[in-house]
Amino acid sequence: MNLKPETLSRIDEVITHYPVKRSASLPLLHLVQEDQGYVSQEAIEWIAAKLELQPINVYELVTFYPMFRQKPIGRRHIKVCRTLSCAIMGGYRTCSEFQKQFNTGLGEVSPGGEVTVEFVECLASCGTAPIVMIDDELHQKVDAARARELSNKIKAELAPR
Amino acid sequence: MPAPEQHRLIFRHIDEPGYTNDIACYQKNGGYEVLRKAVLRKPEELMDEVKKSGLRGRGGAGFPCGVKWSLVDRKSGKPIYLVVNADESEPGTFKDRYIMHQDPHQLIEGIMISCFANKVACAYIYIRGEFPEGAKILEKAIAEAKAANFVGGNILGSGYGCEIYVHRGAGAYICGEETGLIESLEGKRPYPRIKPPYFPAVLGLYQCPTIVNNVETLCHVKHIADFGGEAYAKIGTPGNTGTRILCVSGHVQRPGYYEFEVGKCTMGQLLNEVCGGPLPGRTFKAVIPGGSSAKVLKFGERYKGKRKVGADMVDYDWGVEDIPMDFDSLAMIGSMGGSGGVIVMDDSVSMVEALGNINAFYSHESCGQCTPCREGSLWMKKITARMVHGTARPEDGALLKSVADQIAGRTICAFGEACAWPTQSFIAKFGDEFKGYAQAKAAPRPAETPELV
Repeated sequence: MNLKPETLSRIDEVITHYPVKRSASLPLLHLVQEDQGYVSQEAIEWIAAKLELQPINVYELVTFYPMFRQKPIGRRHIKVCRTLSCAIMGGYRTCSEFQKQFNTGLGEVSPGGEVTVEFVECLASCGTAPIVMIDDELHQKVDAARARELSNKIKAELAPR
Repeated sequence: MPAPEQHRLIFRHIDEPGYTNDIACYQKNGGYEVLRKAVLRKPEELMDEVKKSGLRGRGGAGFPCGVKWSLVDRKSGKPIYLVVNADESEPGTFKDRYIMHQDPHQLIEGIMISCFANKVACAYIYIRGEFPEGAKILEKAIAEAKAANFVGGNILGSGYGCEIYVHRGAGAYICGEETGLIESLEGKRPYPRIKPPYFPAVLGLYQCPTIVNNVETLCHVKHIADFGGEAYAKIGTPGNTGTRILCVSGHVQRPGYYEFEVGKCTMGQLLNEVCGGPLPGRTFKAVIPGGSSAKVLKFGERYKGKRKVGADMVDYDWGVEDIPMDFDSLAMIGSMGGSGGVIVMDDSVSMVEALGNINAFYSHESCGQCTPCREGSLWMKKITARMVHGTARPEDGALLKSVADQIAGRTICAFGEACAWPTQSFIAKFGDEFKGYAQAKAAPRPAETPELV
C-alpha cells in the first residue's frame, strides 16, 4: 500500500477516537478511497490488518455502503439526485444531459476519462431541486441548461493546456 | 385566517447576512452563555427542564426527549454515550443541513448541555457521508470550542469533561435508524438490532447505555436550558411544544424551510400563503407531510372525528388545508409529522409514477436483513417500474397492496412500515389512477412532463 504520509497520520489519529478499533473502519475506508480513488482488494486487506480484523469484515462494508467503490472512476464524480423531490422538478432530465454531454452511461467512466455520472438517492437539499454533487461540491437548481454549463466548465478545466 | 409569523428559534441566524459559522461570530451573538450557566446547575435539574418542556424528537418518531433520557440505565456503571443523529436521510428533509453548515456551534452547545445533563462520557456526531463539507465545518467548530474550553476535559472549570467526535456515514439511509446507526458506528453493516433487548438506553453503543438524538432536537435543548422548561412549553401547542422546521419541496412557488410554533400553522397556510401556492396554471393534487415514508394526503379528501381540545372532546371535519402541522393532528388523520419534510405534487404528476420513484428508493435502501422488507420492497419497485415502462394491468394496484400488507409489522425495524406506507396510502387514495394507468399512459402528455421512474 502506497498511501500518502498525510493519509497515514490521519489514519493513526482517527483510530484514537474510538475505544474499539473496529469503529474506525468507515473512517479508514473514506481516507483510503480519498487517497487512492477507490478501495482495492489490497486496501481491504491493509485496513483489516490495521484494525485487527478479518478482510471479510471490511469487504462486507465496501459492498454494502453505496459511497465505496472497488474500481477507479472518472476525474470528476457527478452525482445526480434521483429521489422524488428532485425527480418531479426534472432530475432525470438533468442526469441525461450530463450523460449526453460526456457521451457516457450511468456509473461508467466516460470515454475520455473525464467523468463518472451516477444517479444517487436523496442528497437532502430538496427545496432547491434538482440537486447535483460534483465531487464534494453541492450544486442547486441544476436543470438541463445548468447541467450543460457545468459540463462545459468541467471540460474546460480538464482540457490540456 | 392569515398564516402566523414564523418563529425562528433554531433558524434564527440561518441566511442572516454577515453571520458566519466560526466561534467568534457565535459568541458575539451570545453563544455558549447558556452552557456557562448550565454547568453551574445540577445535571438532574437540566434533565427536569427538558422533561417539563415537553420536547419531542425532531428526527421522525416524535418521541418525548425527556422520557428518552429518563430511560437511560444509570446503574450499570458503564459509560453513557450520546450519539447525534445527523444522518438526515428521509427524502424531503433538509433542515439539519443548514444548522450544521451555517450554525454548527448552536449544535455543539446543545450537545454539551445534553452531555452534562446526562453525565455522558463521549459524544459522536454521525453525519451522512453526502455532507463532506458539513463534516469539515463541524470538525473545525469542535476544535474551536475545545480551544475555548467548551468541549474536552474539565469544561469551564466544572470538573466535567466530554469529547465530541465526527463520524461520517457512507450513503446508507438505514443508518438513520438508531440501532442501525449504532452498528454502523461500531464499524459494521448497519443492520438494525432487535428490541428488546437492544434498547439503546440500556444496550447501545458497545453494549453501553446510549442516547440517540436528532440534530434539531439537541439544538432545542440549548433553548430549553436557556428559558426553562415551563417557558419553552408555552411555545407551540399543548403536547406539541416548541417550534418546528418545516421543509417544503416540490410543486409550490416558494419551496424552502420555515420555522413555526408547532401546530400554529395549517397545511393550507403553509402551502398557499407561506409557499405562495401552486405553480402557475396548476392545482395541488397530493402532499406527503413528513418525509417520503409518511402516508400521502389527497387534496379534496375530508378527515372527520373527535379530538381533544383542552378538557373537551370536539368534532373536527378537515380538508388537507385545515390540518395543523403538529405531531398529534397528523397522526390523528392517519399520516405523520415525521421529519418535517413536506413534498408537494400538483396535477401534472402521475401517482403511479411518483410511487414508482418512492419504491425505487426504498428498494435501494432496504438493508436486506428481514425477508419481507428485502423482497417486498424489491417487488413493489419491479411492479411499479413494469407498469411505467412495460404493461400496466388493472389488477396491479391490488397486487401492490397485497405485497405491502405483508411487510409492515413483520420486520426488525420500522423500515418495513416506511416502505409499505407509501404503497398502501397511494393505492387507498388514488386506486382509480392505478386501475386506469394503461389508458392514461397511452394518452398524449405535455413534452415537459418529468420522468420519475
